Amino acid sequence: MIAIIDYNAGNLTSVARAVAHLGVECAVTHDADRIRRAERIIFPGVGAAGAAMESLRRMGLDRVLVDQAAAGKPVLGICLGCQVILGHSEENDTACLGLVAGRARAFSASMTGADGRPLKIPHMGWNRIHPRRQHPLFAGIGPRDEFYFVHGFFPQPERAADVLAVTEYGVEFASVIGYRNLVATQFHLEKSGRPGLRMLHNFCRGPWVETTC
Amino acid sequence: MLSKRIIPCLDVRDGKTTKGVRFEGNVDIGDPVEMARRYYEQGADEIVFYDITASHERRSIMLDVVRRVAETIFIPFSVGGGIGTIEQMRAVLLAGAEKVSVNSAAVRAPEIIARGADAFGSQCIVLGMDVKRVGPTPGVPSGYEVVINGGRTATGMDALQWALRAQALGAGEICLNSIDADGTRQGYELTLTALISANVTIPVIASGGAGEPQHLRAAFTEGRADAALVASMVHFGTTTIAELKSYLSGCGIPVRQSW
Repeated sequence: MIAIIDYNAGNLTSVARAVAHLGVECAVTHDADRIRRAERIIFPGVGAAGAAMESLRRMGLDRVLVDQAAAGKPVLGICLGCQVILGHSEENDTACLGLVAGRARAFSASMTGADGRPLKIPHMGWNRIHPRRQHPLFAGIGPRDEFYFVHGFFPQPERAADVLAVTEYGVEFASVIGYRNLVATQFHLEKSGRPGLRMLHNFCRGPWVETTC
Repeated sequence: MLSKRIIPCLDVRDGKTTKGVRFEGNVDIGDPVEMARRYYEQGADEIVFYDITASHERRSIMLDVVRRVAETIFIPFSVGGGIGTIEQMRAVLLAGAEKVSVNSAAVRAPEIIARGADAFGSQCIVLGMDVKRVGPTPGVPSGYEVVINGGRTATGMDALQWALRAQALGAGEICLNSIDADGTRQGYELTLTALISANVTIPVIASGGAGEPQHLRAAFTEGRADAALVASMVHFGTTTIAELKSYLSGCGIPVRQSW
């Protein structure tokens, strides 16, 4: 069973529907015991980092996540989940979980896009990813595949080894990060059509190999 | 590089997709869930649903459509049409939509934008704007006025000022519909689209007037749009999303080509 962590951070039904579509049993839950019993954990999230961390702490789920990640259980962060696993977020100046060294930075209106015009923020829409390392998450994913992003902040891991793929939008940022048994995508793989579902399948069903570090 | 999005728009009435010159003489053209599946398979980047049901049962009918769409397609979609309260927004989002769009209700009570953004995040809140060219006046310096009720009611509000205010209130995106161009198939209102898009920092979807592939090209270049809404040209088989993308890619416009 896959546990999808429910901490009042946005709509989790999309993630659950996509996992169910793959034929994988899952539960949207905030119950610590169910999360501990799950084979793998998905940590989604939409909204602001400050409110998300507050909810996690209030529900005691910050400890559960840190313990489960330390115990070696495969964890997939999505969108806000990809930022909150870092040490700090510039959004609301928030201290985060610190599962991966680094911080979430804000896109700046002074950044310009490929056309030389000021960036639209949030980064909203479909964009490519450029893998920096091999990872089972990327099985079956091609260089022309695109993924759906919606975010105003981006992950910036401290260690280059934790960057699994990058994407360009004003800056080149880490769009997939990983550390040992933890992986996280800044994009919504549950809303990225076929390649997104493939990547979700790779996490839920694929052979699990820890990112070497 | 971020791709320009092509977004089919489905007007839904009593659970059926309908199309005419908008709000007048509509005819049923199919099941919205099946049409959404087809566009998803053809490479649509997102789908927009407008609920134009007039009856009191509209909510339950539309929510059922939204739930079935969410089980069928795995790309983002938004729902608009008569949404004016946080509870209505919540119901649509929980049923599986990524975004809700507010239009007339936001003109009447702009704080719904801020309340929606606080409750669900800016990325969920799309401001739908219907705009008419009126020529510059002291009250409408841009020469473009916001209209509501499908273009029948003038508001006296300047379109650019309204767009900037909605952005400040927390709208995450603007769907900009030209009443003058809507239904003409003569092309998007490029001056309006460029005016709004160049002055806001959030993405702008061009809407109204698409009839030929080159209209989308113009919306993305001259009009500076981030996304373009299409309806008749794909609903009636004149062209497909894939053909539009192939054309745009040939023009050097970044579009998603693998799905």
